[in-house]
Amino acid sequence: MATAHHNAETDKHYLLGIYNDEDVLLDAVEHVRKKGVKIYEVFTPYPIHGLEHALGYKRSFMPRAAFAFGALGNICAILLQTTIMGIDWPMIIGGKSFIAIPNFIPVIFECTVLFAAFGMVGTFLVTNSLYPHKVPRIFDRRSTDDKHIVAIDLAKNTLSEAEIRNILIESGVEKHTSADGTEHVGIKQRNFTDEENKGSFIRYLADLIANGVTSSNRAIKTSK
Amino acid sequence: MAHHAEHFDLDEKFDFSSAVKKRIFTVLILGLVFAVIGLIMLIMGGGGDSHGGHGLNGLSEGSLAYGGGGAAAEGGHGHAVTWVTRVKVNFWINSVYFVGLSLIGAFFIAIQYVAMAGWSSGLRRIPEAIFKFLPFAAVMLVATFAVSYHDIFHWTDASLYDLNSPHYDAIIDGKKGYLNMTFYIARSIIYLGVWILFTFLMQKQFNAEEFNLDPSNPNKQFYNMIKLSAGFIVFFGLSTSMAAWDWVMSIDTHWFSTMFGWYNFASWWVGGLATITLVVIYLKQGGYLKFVNESHLHDLGKFVFGFSIFWTYIWFSQFLLIYYANISEETVYFIDRLESDKYGKFIFINLIFNFIFPFFGLMTRDAKRKMRILQMVCIIVIVGHWLDFYQMIMPGTLKDQGGFGFFEIGIFMIFVSAFAYVIAMNLAKLPLIPKNHPLIKESLNHHH
Repeated sequence: MATAHHNAETDKHYLLGIYNDEDVLLDAVEHVRKKGVKIYEVFTPYPIHGLEHALGYKRSFMPRAAFAFGALGNICAILLQTTIMGIDWPMIIGGKSFIAIPNFIPVIFECTVLFAAFGMVGTFLVTNSLYPHKVPRIFDRRSTDDKHIVAIDLAKNTLSEAEIRNILIESGVEKHTSADGTEHVGIKQRNFTDEENKGSFIRYLADLIANGVTSSNRAIKTSK
Repeated sequence: MAHHAEHFDLDEKFDFSSAVKKRIFTVLILGLVFAVIGLIMLIMGGGGDSHGGHGLNGLSEGSLAYGGGGAAAEGGHGHAVTWVTRVKVNFWINSVYFVGLSLIGAFFIAIQYVAMAGWSSGLRRIPEAIFKFLPFAAVMLVATFAVSYHDIFHWTDASLYDLNSPHYDAIIDGKKGYLNMTFYIARSIIYLGVWILFTFLMQKQFNAEEFNLDPSNPNKQFYNMIKLSAGFIVFFGLSTSMAAWDWVMSIDTHWFSTMFGWYNFASWWVGGLATITLVVIYLKQGGYLKFVNESHLHDLGKFVFGFSIFWTYIWFSQFLLIYYANISEETVYFIDRLESDKYGKFIFINLIFNFIFPFFGLMTRDAKRKMRILQMVCIIVIVGHWLDFYQMIMPGTLKDQGGFGFFEIGIFMIFVSAFAYVIAMNLAKLPLIPKNHPLIKESLNHHH
């Protein structure tokens, strides 16, 4: 389906729409999506209320991950204590039976919380490919300062680049006129090197196992 | 979207219609029927079936051998253990519980003001109507105490303090400085009096805000309320703990727990939050409070969910320390409750109702936002915390002569219907939305 419009030279090209205002951004995201453009990601300096609804994101699966890890921690704590205190080395403590459930509850509680917390942090890092020494793909430095950036992956869109540019201009990207009178529109192309693109946790681990801690996986690279 | 303001009828009033009255009276009549059936059963059964006799208490109390006649005194309170006592104890359970529930109305408002919370400002009339029940519950409490202190509170027996009496009890005599009639009554009157005074002062501010708002200074009542609330919270924190010692813990006179004040507060607080949520849901089902959306319910649900866990934490902390230390002066409380064939099951029902149901029932975000689920959990929690007070009070007063039957259900339903009637009557007095609250817009447009 996508092959009709597929254009080799737009591979790995991202088109960035740059916005000044969060209200404009919220309406722009809705507008752009309504026109049939698929948005890769939006980068903002601070969390914006309602952006996830405008982007049509589904609910995160993190709560379910938390429950699963919490339940795992719960079971582990029960097994740990019943095995040690009941089977492996039974001891009489305070005249209680070997497997005295009330005594176990504080540890069960702590393990549940610990597993849920660590499990959630881990899940979050892995799903967002945030792991040690990951080469960051920074789309535009200004998204950490004062601009909102809408990134559009041209390879994933069936519309041509010119059409998408028009839609972005309609949606209200920032505009300014420089001293010599030329008008600048807040639309930018962004390409990444192959090294920047190969962000995979598995590949990172494979590299680590194959080569040990070498300069290739230790180097913290920044774009430019 | 947060920035799209919506418009609601700010002057809507709750109509205390005959349909609502009919529902409340149905509960009342059912309660009366249950109570009468229960009472007849009690009288016919001769004050509860007494198989097993005093064996259990004889064991638990007698083996401790407190100085003097401790065992004889605590366990051998033989006289007047009849259906009359059970009636009195039931009134005491419900008076204490409903004083707490109605007091939570004022506490909820106070913490919302001190935190300058905007989301709840549109719901303020509900806790406002709830704390109107406080004077009625207080009168009930005082009346019950006046009639039945001798049957409920073992320490009121004068012979315990008499060195020459065979009933002399060194431990209770040692607590005389705190646990004596004069000081006890003075304390109770101070708690109830100051609480009621605070609710009157709050109501005065609310009425001024509604009817006499000064356009040049529209936030005056808001700032007055913050000061009033801060004062109330300090007094509330101290007085609820002490009230819990006096009204509930002193029933088991020898026994004490440093967790008890918090434990009772937690029980009242969750019950009160569930009551507020339930009234909001009933109003919404009746077509009122159009502005209340899933976000408001979600926040109320989080309150019920979070503080149910808090209650469990307190309950368990009290239990674990006593269980682990295994000191007979302390374990006697749980032996009376866990090893009794009358009350043994209630500790587990208590935990299932007040922990398992709210924990798993309200765990997910969706559950807190669904009115039906929230409503069901709130009903369970309200009944559950009544049971909590039941198992705090009944085993200590009636020992194995007590029990659970139609009579308990009936009296509880009568109190519920009176509570509901007072709430509905007061809801109908003022417009349902406090439109002059400075933060009302935040509540009307609350979305998250």
